[in-house]
Amino acid sequence: MSAPNNSYDPVEVSALHPDEVERMRTEALDAIAKAAGLEELKEVRIAHAGDRSPLALANREIGALPPAAKAEAGKRVGGARRAVSEAVKARQSQLEDERDARVLVEEAVDVTLPFDRIPRGARHPLTTVAERMADIFVGMGFEVAEGPEVEAEWYNFDALNFLPDHPARTMQDTFFVAGPDGAESGLVLRTHTSPVQVRSMLDRELPVYVVVPGRTFRTDELDATHSPVFHQLEGLVVDEGITLAHLRGAIQVFVERMFGEGLRTRMRPSYFPFTEPSAEVDMECFVCRGASVGNPDAPCRTCSSEGWIEIGGCGVVNPRVLTAAGVDTERYSGWAFGLGIERTLMFAHGVKDMHDMVEGDIRFTAAFGMEM
Amino acid sequence: MRVPLSWLREYVELPEEVTPRALASALISAGLEVETVDVVGADITGPVVAGRVLDIEELTGFKKPIRFCRVDVGGANGTGEPQEIVCGARNFAEGDLVVVALPGAVLPGDFAISARKTYGRVSAGMICSASELELWEDHAGIIVLPEGAADPGADAYGLLGLRDDVLDIAVTPDRGYALSIRGVAREAAAVYGVPFTDPADVAPPERNDGGYPAVVADPEICSRYVLRGVSGFDPAAPSPLWMRRRLHLAGVRSVSLAVDVTNYVMMELGQPLHAWDRSALRGPIEVRLAKPGEKLETLDHVVRELDPDDILITDDSGPINIAGVMGGLDTEIGDASTDVLIEAAHFAETHIARTSRRHQLSSESSRRFERGVDSAVQMAAATRAVALLAELGGAVVDDGVTHLDLGAPRDPIVVRADNAGRIAGVAYPVETEIARLRLVGCEVVQDGDTLSVTPPTWRPDLTDPNDLAEEVIRYEGYENIPAVRPRAEAGRGLTRGQRLRRGVGRTLADAGFSEVLNYPFMGERDLDGLQLEPGDARRSALRLANPLNDDEPLLRTTLLPGLLKALVRNVGRGFGDVALFEMGLVYRPEPGAPERAPMLGVDRGPTPEERAAVDAAIPNQPRRVGAVLAGQRERAGWWGPGRAATWADAIQAAREVAAAAGVELVVRADRHAPWHPGRCAALYVAGADGERLVGHAGELHPRVVKAYGLPERVAAVEVELDLVEAAAGAATAPEVSTYPVATQDVALLVDGTVHAADVEAALREGAGALLESVRLFDVYTGEQVGEGRKSLAYSLRLRAGDRTLTAEEATAARDAAVALAAERTGAVLRG
Ligand SMILES: [Zn+2]
Repeated sequence: MSAPNNSYDPVEVSALHPDEVERMRTEALDAIAKAAGLEELKEVRIAHAGDRSPLALANREIGALPPAAKAEAGKRVGGARRAVSEAVKARQSQLEDERDARVLVEEAVDVTLPFDRIPRGARHPLTTVAERMADIFVGMGFEVAEGPEVEAEWYNFDALNFLPDHPARTMQDTFFVAGPDGAESGLVLRTHTSPVQVRSMLDRELPVYVVVPGRTFRTDELDATHSPVFHQLEGLVVDEGITLAHLRGAIQVFVERMFGEGLRTRMRPSYFPFTEPSAEVDMECFVCRGASVGNPDAPCRTCSSEGWIEIGGCGVVNPRVLTAAGVDTERYSGWAFGLGIERTLMFAHGVKDMHDMVEGDIRFTAAFGMEM
Repeated sequence: MRVPLSWLREYVELPEEVTPRALASALISAGLEVETVDVVGADITGPVVAGRVLDIEELTGFKKPIRFCRVDVGGANGTGEPQEIVCGARNFAEGDLVVVALPGAVLPGDFAISARKTYGRVSAGMICSASELELWEDHAGIIVLPEGAADPGADAYGLLGLRDDVLDIAVTPDRGYALSIRGVAREAAAVYGVPFTDPADVAPPERNDGGYPAVVADPEICSRYVLRGVSGFDPAAPSPLWMRRRLHLAGVRSVSLAVDVTNYVMMELGQPLHAWDRSALRGPIEVRLAKPGEKLETLDHVVRELDPDDILITDDSGPINIAGVMGGLDTEIGDASTDVLIEAAHFAETHIARTSRRHQLSSESSRRFERGVDSAVQMAAATRAVALLAELGGAVVDDGVTHLDLGAPRDPIVVRADNAGRIAGVAYPVETEIARLRLVGCEVVQDGDTLSVTPPTWRPDLTDPNDLAEEVIRYEGYENIPAVRPRAEAGRGLTRGQRLRRGVGRTLADAGFSEVLNYPFMGERDLDGLQLEPGDARRSALRLANPLNDDEPLLRTTLLPGLLKALVRNVGRGFGDVALFEMGLVYRPEPGAPERAPMLGVDRGPTPEERAAVDAAIPNQPRRVGAVLAGQRERAGWWGPGRAATWADAIQAAREVAAAAGVELVVRADRHAPWHPGRCAALYVAGADGERLVGHAGELHPRVVKAYGLPERVAAVEVELDLVEAAAGAATAPEVSTYPVATQDVALLVDGTVHAADVEAALREGAGALLESVRLFDVYTGEQVGEGRKSLAYSLRLRAGDRTLTAEEATAARDAAVALAAERTGAVLRG
């Protein structure tokens, strides 16, 4: 490197001549633009922007210039070096993009390939529909109560006002557990979830607001619409001042939340030993909303063009039941209902044959997935 | 109950414009379950008329005798000339009045009548039989109308009652009164607010002592007993057309005039009647309970052993009837009976119900008595019956009347005046409550805030205040009850156990298992198939007294038989790669439990001791979860080969179930049916009082595979969910250190029989507090480690909560871990 020289004229130093600087700059930019790959660009960078590149060498000459000339020469050379450096960076980025694009294209796969490595499982639709039904009542503040499936006759019948000679209390209708040596055991497979009503009243503090989803048993042979093992959802309310109007209200809320807002419900007088008055409950067909009635051009399979679908039975808890469960009938009254879960699944999801629900065929279950 | 509307309209002045469908829905709204409305005779159209047979020409030369008849049909054929008809029936003579379907008529089965050539003649119409018109079931040939029934050419539709509408009502147990035309007519009159004529409103005879002698041993079994007789009855007299037609529409087969009359009156009034051949009776009648050893051959030719609970009708010869259920054969009315004795009684409903069930004899009579008949209608019914026998059978009604009236009048039910309104949630005016109760037939006396209500004799079901409320509410209309939102307090939502069960179901479904819900029935064969030892607790199962299937009389003690059968079904349907699970109760009788669950009273709540006594007899019913796997657990595909389901998948399923509850499972080798003795794990959870066995998992024993017809190497798991749930505690938050982790891998050589779980436990304990986790990442067996040895490779992750570990600290922890593993399991660090 030369020592500062006051009489030194940059124009006279050929490397610092504006034309020469401009030439070096043009040459470098040219080479950068022409670099076809990252390797080549590296070489170009060393040649034109490295420590031994013409511009770097020219830069060293600046130090020898007289102070008056330094500024201008520095500005000229510095500008050229910056331009070259930026061009290298830009080209580098451009070439990297090109390389990445090429490599990522090469790495492309067929994303439509299946990856069903582990077969999918599913929950049984009776489980999920029962949960959904119960959850609607849980949302209204009810709790879910449970009870045994092998039940004492007293809970299943006597406490529910089934007199000893009631026809349901025969082997025609009810599964009886055999006692030792064929004697009577006093135990049955519960024929409904209603014994849990009695258990709830005995076990819980009043007022009671519970639903009871559960498995029940009757001696029906399995066919398209019957099964000896089936499921019910029982509801029970015992509180002060409870009336049929509250029962209608609860059922109305359930039907609207479960099947659609604005659906109507109706009650028809009926008879059950454990409720008095009793009623059957129908809801407006959620598919046709009655439009199929008397309209042969648009029949409805869900309601058989009746406009209404029967969903269960209900009523005011018979005070005799309250008495057997130790509830003060002067102070408390209640209502109860029972809905068939199989039936609900059948009409709500178009299940045509009870066999499908009991045989455990994975195709049936898979169709319903994890939740409803 | 089948109710022909023509019959109903006799007693209720229904407006003409009320259609059968409208009536049906009105009755449904009032509480009668009208199941169908049958439109009868709509498939008969065109000219069907009365005709008089003028002359008959017997045609010969055919396979069967054929008649060519000329029949006067008046002007019905448009010409007034006799109609010429070929007929194959022979049960009529010249001069008889018959029913003729003229050309243009269509009979049931789309049978169009036209003039056609047959047997060499032109037959222009048809002389009809009862079955061709579907009047009633009859194979006796064509109908011969009684003389004077109609003029030739008169329309036969009304004459025969060809067209009618029939309501079919499923009568609920509380509405016994609806098992009669009378009861349904009264209901219809109440619903429409129109006049009702009571068919039981017959003038009773003078009381006298001239009736057939009878005594009732106990008023508890029979509260009213009426006998009335006729003499000189013509046993050959036919039942009139209208009676046969109505009985047929009501679903009752015509037998003979005497029997038809008793059935007709029963359908009309709801009171079952019995008719005896009086000459077959021996001495006075006694109504009493059966004595041990007594027998009776009933009308159906079955000799029945009578039970001391059966009510009998007896005479000097012994039992002659099972009261209210079925008559005896010897005293049956026959085709030579000229003296008929009619019985109308009110028997105790519970006795009749038990008797009917005991003898498996359900009759129209027993059905009515079981549900309760009018306790005051007996005299009217018997009187109506003898009047019909006299009118239709040429008999003379006997003067003598037997009437034993042993019933006590009913006590009134006292209710609050706003009884129905309080139950319905509607403020009915007191006048409304009273008016509705009177409409039902109740006598109502108001006394300030209370009503004193005496139900009518035909409503034995009305016993409680709520029964009376129902009567008011149903007439006021269920549809007029407002819907008021329930007002439960905020609830606690699902219990932890309920949430856990949902979580377990989702976990298993996520892991590829499909849920099944099997019947909980099983047989000895299922237990044998599981290779259970004779003393295995799972062989101690509850037995059903009346199983649906004799091969499966037991209640399951394990979920596995059901799961394995469901697996076989799926494999049989072409799904070899299958994973199933079930969650449900098993039934485990406890040794020493009471043999019989006590029957408690219902007039008060049970005491804690009484409840405990009942609950002690109820078997333990734990909730379990089970799963089975067969075929490929992971399928082969473009990603590589598949992987068969193994014992390890079953055990892992158990671990996942436990993890869903936040519980760590301890796994130990075990030998336990139905699992492969070398591939069976016992599963434990740690609790406050030590470890508790909660289930087993692994590969099934090959003999089980064979017995159930399973694919090879099926894996299975069964876990008692209740125990897992009980072990679940509240989770506590871990300390999450942000200092770097130090990882130390060790490969340990152990004997082949050493269990990885034991090695891991030793490493854990030896490494001490710095150990964050330990994971077995490789198991190697082969030449390099020697016969009967295996190499277990573990990755230990070490971390401190307050500093970065030094290399020395990490190494020291590792060495301590290896040292304890060496001490406990003989493990040697592999070089
Ligand atoms: Zn519809």
